[in-house]
Amino acid sequence: MPERRLITSWPLLRQLRGEDPSGRGAAVRSAGTDAIRARTVEADRVVKSVCPYCAVGCAQNVFVKDGRVVQVEGDPDAPHSRGRLCPKGSATLQLTTGSAREQYVLYRRPYGSDWERLDLETAMDMVADRIVDSRRRGWEWEVDSVRTRRCMSIAALGGATLDNEENYLIKKLLTALGVIQVENQARVCHSSTVVGLGTSFGRGASSTLPADLQHSDLIVLEGSNMAEAHPVAFQWVMEAKARGATVVHVDPHYSRTSALADVFVPIRAGSDIAFLGGIINYVIANELDFREYVLAYTNAPTIVGEEFQDVGADGVFSGFDPETGAYDPSSWQYEGAFVAAASGQRDQEGNLAPLDSERSANASEGGRGDPTLDLTLTHPRCVWQILKRHYAEYTPEMVERTCGIPQDLFLTVCRLFVENSGRERTAAFVHGVGWTQHTIGSQYIRAASILQLLLGNMGRPGGGVMAMRGHASIQGSSDIPTLFDTLPGYIPMPHAHAHGDLDAFVSGDAAKRGFWGNMRAYMVSLLKAWYGATATAENDFCFDYLPRLTGSHSTYDTVMEQLAGRIEGYLLLGQNPAVGSANSRMQRFGMANCKWLVVRDFSLIESATWWKDGPEIASGEMRTEDIETEVFFFPAAAHTEKEGTFTNTQRMVQWHEKAIDPAADRRSDLWFIYHLGRRLRERLAGSADAADRPLLDLTWDYPLASGTNEPSAEAVLAEINGWNADGEMLSSYTELAADGSTASGCWIYCGAYADGVNQTARRTPGSEQNWTGSQWAWAWPANRRILYNRASADPEGRPWSERKALVWWDAAEGRWVGHDTPDFEADKPPSYRPPEGATGPAAIAGTDPFIMQADGRGWLYAPAGVGDGPLPVHYEPQDSPLPNRLHRRQRNPARQLYPHPNNRYHPDPGTPGSEVFPFAVTTYRLTEHFTAGGMSRWTPYLAELQPEFFCEVSPELAGERGLEHGGWATLVSARGVIEARVMVTDRMTPLRLGDRIVHTIGLPYHWGPNGYARGDSMNELSSMALDPSSHIQEVKALTVDIQPGRRPRGPARLALVQEYRTRAGITETTGMAR
Amino acid sequence: MSEPQGSHGVGQTGRQDQGQGDRSYYGRPVLNPPVWEEREIAGYLFTGGLAGASSILAAAADAGGAAGLVRPARLCASAAISVSFVALIKDLGRPERFLNMLRVFKPTSPMSVGTWILSAYAPLNFAASASTLTGRAPRAGAVAGAGAGLLGSAVATYTAVLVADTAVPTWHEAHRELPFLFAGSAASAAGGFGLLAAARAENGPARTMAVLGAVGELAAMRTLRQRLGPLAETLDTGPAGRRLRAAERLSVAGVIGAALLGRRSRVAAALAGGALMSASALTRFGIFAAGMASAEDPHWTVDLQRARIAAAATAAQPSPAPNPASPAPVRSA
Amino acid sequence: MSVPDATEIPRMGFFTDTSVCIGCKACEVACKEWNGVPEDGLVWTGHSHDNSQGLSADTWRHVAFIEQRATVGHHQPNLQRTGASDGDTDQAFRWLMASDVCKHCTHAACLDVCPTGAIFRSEFGTVVVQADVCNGCGYCVPACPYGVIDKRPDDGRVFKCTLCYDRLQVGQEPACAKACPTDSIQFGVLDDLRERATLRVERLHADGVTEARLYGHDPSDGVGGDGAFFLLLDEPEVYGLPPAPVVTTADLPAMWRHSALAAAGLLLIGLLSAAGARR
Ligand SMILES: Nc1nc2c(c(=O)[nH]1)N[C@H]1C(S)=C(S)[C@@H](COP(=O)(O)OP(=O)(O)OC[C@H]3O[C@@H](n4cnc5c(=O)[nH]c(N)nc54)[C@H](O)[C@@H]3O)O[C@H]1N2
Ligand SMILES: Nc1nc2c(c(=O)[nH]1)N[C@H]1C(S)=C(S)[C@@H](COP(=O)(O)OP(=O)(O)OC[C@H]3O[C@@H](n4cnc5c(=O)[nH]c(N)nc54)[C@H](O)[C@@H]3O)O[C@H]1N2
Ligand code: SF4
Ligand code: SF4
Ligand code: SF4
Ligand code: SF4
Ligand code: SF4
Ligand SMILES: [Mo]
Repeated sequence: MPERRLITSWPLLRQLRGEDPSGRGAAVRSAGTDAIRARTVEADRVVKSVCPYCAVGCAQNVFVKDGRVVQVEGDPDAPHSRGRLCPKGSATLQLTTGSAREQYVLYRRPYGSDWERLDLETAMDMVADRIVDSRRRGWEWEVDSVRTRRCMSIAALGGATLDNEENYLIKKLLTALGVIQVENQARVCHSSTVVGLGTSFGRGASSTLPADLQHSDLIVLEGSNMAEAHPVAFQWVMEAKARGATVVHVDPHYSRTSALADVFVPIRAGSDIAFLGGIINYVIANELDFREYVLAYTNAPTIVGEEFQDVGADGVFSGFDPETGAYDPSSWQYEGAFVAAASGQRDQEGNLAPLDSERSANASEGGRGDPTLDLTLTHPRCVWQILKRHYAEYTPEMVERTCGIPQDLFLTVCRLFVENSGRERTAAFVHGVGWTQHTIGSQYIRAASILQLLLGNMGRPGGGVMAMRGHASIQGSSDIPTLFDTLPGYIPMPHAHAHGDLDAFVSGDAAKRGFWGNMRAYMVSLLKAWYGATATAENDFCFDYLPRLTGSHSTYDTVMEQLAGRIEGYLLLGQNPAVGSANSRMQRFGMANCKWLVVRDFSLIESATWWKDGPEIASGEMRTEDIETEVFFFPAAAHTEKEGTFTNTQRMVQWHEKAIDPAADRRSDLWFIYHLGRRLRERLAGSADAADRPLLDLTWDYPLASGTNEPSAEAVLAEINGWNADGEMLSSYTELAADGSTASGCWIYCGAYADGVNQTARRTPGSEQNWTGSQWAWAWPANRRILYNRASADPEGRPWSERKALVWWDAAEGRWVGHDTPDFEADKPPSYRPPEGATGPAAIAGTDPFIMQADGRGWLYAPAGVGDGPLPVHYEPQDSPLPNRLHRRQRNPARQLYPHPNNRYHPDPGTPGSEVFPFAVTTYRLTEHFTAGGMSRWTPYLAELQPEFFCEVSPELAGERGLEHGGWATLVSARGVIEARVMVTDRMTPLRLGDRIVHTIGLPYHWGPNGYARGDSMNELSSMALDPSSHIQEVKALTVDIQPGRRPRGPARLALVQEYRTRAGITETTGMAR
Repeated sequence: MSEPQGSHGVGQTGRQDQGQGDRSYYGRPVLNPPVWEEREIAGYLFTGGLAGASSILAAAADAGGAAGLVRPARLCASAAISVSFVALIKDLGRPERFLNMLRVFKPTSPMSVGTWILSAYAPLNFAASASTLTGRAPRAGAVAGAGAGLLGSAVATYTAVLVADTAVPTWHEAHRELPFLFAGSAASAAGGFGLLAAARAENGPARTMAVLGAVGELAAMRTLRQRLGPLAETLDTGPAGRRLRAAERLSVAGVIGAALLGRRSRVAAALAGGALMSASALTRFGIFAAGMASAEDPHWTVDLQRARIAAAATAAQPSPAPNPASPAPVRSA
Repeated sequence: MSVPDATEIPRMGFFTDTSVCIGCKACEVACKEWNGVPEDGLVWTGHSHDNSQGLSADTWRHVAFIEQRATVGHHQPNLQRTGASDGDTDQAFRWLMASDVCKHCTHAACLDVCPTGAIFRSEFGTVVVQADVCNGCGYCVPACPYGVIDKRPDDGRVFKCTLCYDRLQVGQEPACAKACPTDSIQFGVLDDLRERATLRVERLHADGVTEARLYGHDPSDGVGGDGAFFLLLDEPEVYGLPPAPVVTTADLPAMWRHSALAAAGLLLIGLLSAAGARR
């Protein structure tokens, strides 16, 4: 009887019955309350996943109910994230299931004024047709009569948000098509880290993992805004703090990271080498280094050739050619030995002017001859002495004048470093893009590496250089690169001039000693993975199928190629250059010069709609009806809708499972690239053109899921891992052979599928293992979590101290044992000495912890690999408010410049016109937004937290310029003008540099004109000026003018910029001096 | 695009402590100010009072033999209580759920208590009115009228508890005086209505009620101001200040008019009655506005509590806040 | 599913240690995602990094940001005020961040005054609004001494933190606490949390963070102690918290007494008026 129930459930009666007389508890419970069920327990399935935003790679549980994702939250089992998620990770449900995501393919016909719908299959066919056509037109068999075998009319950008399997297929397909202009975020983000760390230690990736920071005694965060950009990893810094560690933050702006640090050190943007050089000088001059470590594990004792000349007052090293603006690094080599770098510009010598005969003999034999050592460190040409002289001028006084850091504060940092290094204690560096994105970015990382080597902090618990990388899989998109200059596993792309055949390639690029000595095996295995049975010893394993480079083909070079009209087709596979890349104006003009453009993304990002509503349309510089570019928009599947691996900032390759199928036209990038390749192969099947052979011989058959036709990501991962001639999965790169009996798509990932088991899907809870978490997923190389950990033990193999024990030699067992997988041949005893003439791993002594290095040592001095010098030198940023106070050169003489009317540089400080752009600018991230905004500005829960673009200025600057808190400001550079809300805050501080006061303006860079939260894009102001070794742009330090009020609209916008250019007297040569 | 909020705590910078004597979070209220609509809820404070006191007036007239006053007073009460219901239901965010008020009886909730009072009061009142209108069952009508009169006293005063039982500084701090203020104001309004509605000869009870009520109202207001101390500023400034000043003037005028002329001149009686009714309404709207103002400015909340902490400290009590003689159990088990 | 026996469940709550808060707002977003709380507008406030402004029907966790020229512990900000604009060259600076939430008061005014029984105290000792009962009378809003509960205008009902009642029932920790990267939000048995908090304050004091203090932890305070209490680094009002809140119903007996007297007075006036009829 419902009425009866109605009455007995009347709370008043329950009250009167006396259990809850006041009616504030059980009596008043409602039917609705009784029916509450947490959807986490109601779910049909819990799918194991990984956060799609940043490189911390927090593990997620995805809850699925009735075929829909109903909740996404942290996986408490994960040792690295412990179930926590930052606001972005917490917004994953809205990101993936919200209404901002497009569902259907959109098409903009040439000169069209709006989007049209297009059938997915038709669109795929059209793109395939465009590629076939454009490729024919842009084909190049040779350049200057040297074979290049490539297609220059197509370029691709994007990859850091994609799975490794997707990047692998993109690189594989495009390389087979001869397309070399393949790039992704890794270029604009941390490419300089790869050069810096790679040349110093042997591998261009973070040496450690955030969780290991808990063992640090000192953590110096510099160029990293870790609490905001990597909040979940920051828990380990807090953990260290709780254990008594000191945390120092060195940054041009006081951020949420600074607030949690013990010591904040404000620094002028772009001056870190001066600061780090100052500490190096302090350590060396006072002999405060960890001498045993330095002698045994670094190249401090190594003697450098006589030809080497340090920068001196002139500001250039020996070998500089002012004409080309490039260095010939041959004079930097060790005495009596030629060593190739493990990373960076390894093809240097191939490009160089003819070497003297002795050297080239050395070179072609790739490092025969032992470097000469002086263990007394007194030889005037030993690295130690060179280093000492090189940094002698980096005094506290110089640091103050250059960086704006008061001397006593600087000395405090020096002391902290020294006190927290040595046998018993360790200090860690944490860096991010505040270091990388400079015209001398690679050398920032080198400077930190030098310091960590001097203090003996590498390879030890609580030590290392923790590179905080960017996107969910940006480490992966460097390892399995969609980058122009590398093949999977950091094998260099062959260079036209140097690399006729495989032999020439290997002898030119590979070190002969250490694990790079096996490069041939890695390369042959890669070619076997790509060309299968076609690749034989007889045909050089199809080495000739690889297209060749002729210089820099970075994403910025691609823009210039677009502007020059040489690029017809552009594939944007998850990147938003119209907001994220330097000088977004150049990016848009470049795209507008393409015949066709493919954009794959979740929403209609700025790079997809500039032809219709970009700033140039508003200013009248472009008219939609005049723009030919045909645009295809493909909605991308989210990470919950596909499976595959992401590689996080600690080199950890994590498998994420698929929760549901993507709806409507949404497809994974794996689907896209696979079916595009399939179509292309169908179209060209039977072609007699030799240019099409690589495509047709490509191994391109992956099992397809029935129904969705989704290629199997697991099969791709298996190919990446590799197999032997019997088709058995390999378990380690040491099994790779040079004779074609093994195939492996990325040698450093070999082992990820060991024993035929997907090791990346391992999920042993953190509570059941130690802090390295080595049973969770899989890390390259060989599941080692802390690199170079051999160095945690002394030369005899004993831990430097019990407190800092990590791995050690167990004489009884005859093995290296400990808390981590040894980053060393497990059974090579400390006493091992290489026999005369040994090559490859056998040439690495039992005391050499840096097994990728040609000499087994950490490189204080880099005789090769870094394009702008063997040692870091302070140069001012391209646009700087200050003259260089160290030597004659204002800027890095070897930097890459791109003169163009839309890419003008500012006058030299102190010259007429420089006063027009008087203020320093730096850019950074906010916790609440993600990069160019594609994943946060459209996500309401994130957008509302930081709804508008703002600039941060000090009260002093606000006073000077009449800026009102909460009002508007207009910011102008020679490239563009933007407006921002004004945030006057004490967190911005003027810096006193001797007699000068420098004001810095802080700009978070996440906004653009599309999406839910909109604003001007910071990169309208930045310029294309690059670091020569890594081709990364300088967006971390520039100069501008700021005025109160909003910017002009319409044509007046451009007019204002022109007026500034005129006033500053800017010409096509301004700021270009070498 | 919205402008930055609240100039109060933000000076020229994003810094929050700039130029702030009293400390607060960017000048934002500590409390969430009432979401009640002024027209409905301040209006109800008035109509509820008018209804309750009119029932008393009707009963008084009935008992005192001023027959001509009974009918208008009863009808007035019924009309006023009907308007009250409409206002209350209208102010609900989910008006269709108004019956949920009867799910429970909660002694800790003045609104619950009030609802039950109203549920008893209104039918009695309607019965009494029906009886006067139809002339039927005069006996029962009288009993109902007397009952309504008794309950009317609660209807007219519980609203003071209703608003006082909040964290709104002015309302809560006024919790002792507010019932008297509301009682006086209700009487003044009902009396005023009687002066308007009844013939000269029969307006005696109304006059008495009006005068006593208005005098009570004025006296309660005076003690209230003393009680509130600095907080009385919320009664003196802004819309509250304007309304309460007008209310006071009208009350005084009404009292004088009613007392001196109410028996002699119908017009004067009506004018006085109108003045008193207006005064009563203005008092309620004034109190409402004062409460809103006190909730919106964080410094009232903070200062009061700081003063309490200081007082507790001087009284050398160990705990910073007074120990509430709270009737609330920790949890229902 | 049966409701667990209330007597066996210890009171659960939050200890929010603001000294380790990194102001990331994960708590805000996680709460919104879990509870489907609407996004509530793109208002840029200029109040440091706080654009959510305060707790409301659509913000159940709110992170406050406070920039001050003051010191905290041994934190060395080293900012170089040159004093060009305001003449103040004070270099002291600290940036406080704190995540606020419903206090789940021991004596909860919202619960006391709710006329419909829409608010109830759960078996975990938490204070929960039942969306299927609330009729939007709005009484709880001004009753709350912390400015927590609020009405959602387009919906008509009130909303606030439920302390994830649904998750608690299945043994899961609240969404906000789970997300919090630095464990600034700690969830657990209230008694344990109080102990932990005391130790934490002692530790901070020993480390020179003498500003550290607990707020809402004391069962003898005006609301009988909060189910969600805090470690603060400045006075509560700086964070927008009332310094010494008292549950309004503590005075309710006095109010009823005064109201009864006033009612009696009104009846007396009635009697006098009746008498006045004879004149
Ligand atoms: N919330 C959030 N998280 C992110 C991202 C995001 O957009 N939002 N992006 C992801 C990506 S792609 C990346 S690469 C990482 C980047 O993470 P971070 O490297 O931490 O990113 P940024 O905030 O850009 O820069 C770091 C800091 O460098 C400082 N800086 C600028 N110039 C200099 C300088 O010359 N010297 C020094 N010492 N410091 C300088 C800035 O002030 C800033 O505080 O974050 C990832 N995580
Ligand atoms: N001024 C300034 N500029 C900078 C920086 C700076 O600090 N200051 N930082 C630089 C850095 S470090 C970086 S990494 C770049 C980042 O710049 P971008 O990479 O251009 O920015 P994102 O917004 O991350 O673009 C990635 C796009 O991929 C989409 N996406 C996500 N998942 C998928 C997927 O599975 N498939 C596909 N197809 N698309 C997907 C997202 O929606 C998003 O639109 O910006 C650089 N630019
Ligand atoms: S964005 Fe980065 S820190 Fe935040 S949850 Fe995702 S992976 Fe973790
Ligand atoms: S803080 Fe306010 S809303 Fe929360 S329980 Fe206490 S009185 Fe209720
Ligand atoms: S608004 Fe809802 S929860 Fe609040 S008091 Fe009224 S019925 Fe209760
Ligand atoms: S406990 Fe749940 S409802 Fe309360 S703030 Fe946290 S997430 Fe929101
Ligand atoms: S999630 Fe934790 S650290 Fe982040 S704002 Fe909230 S309380 Fe602070
Ligand atoms: Mo990045």
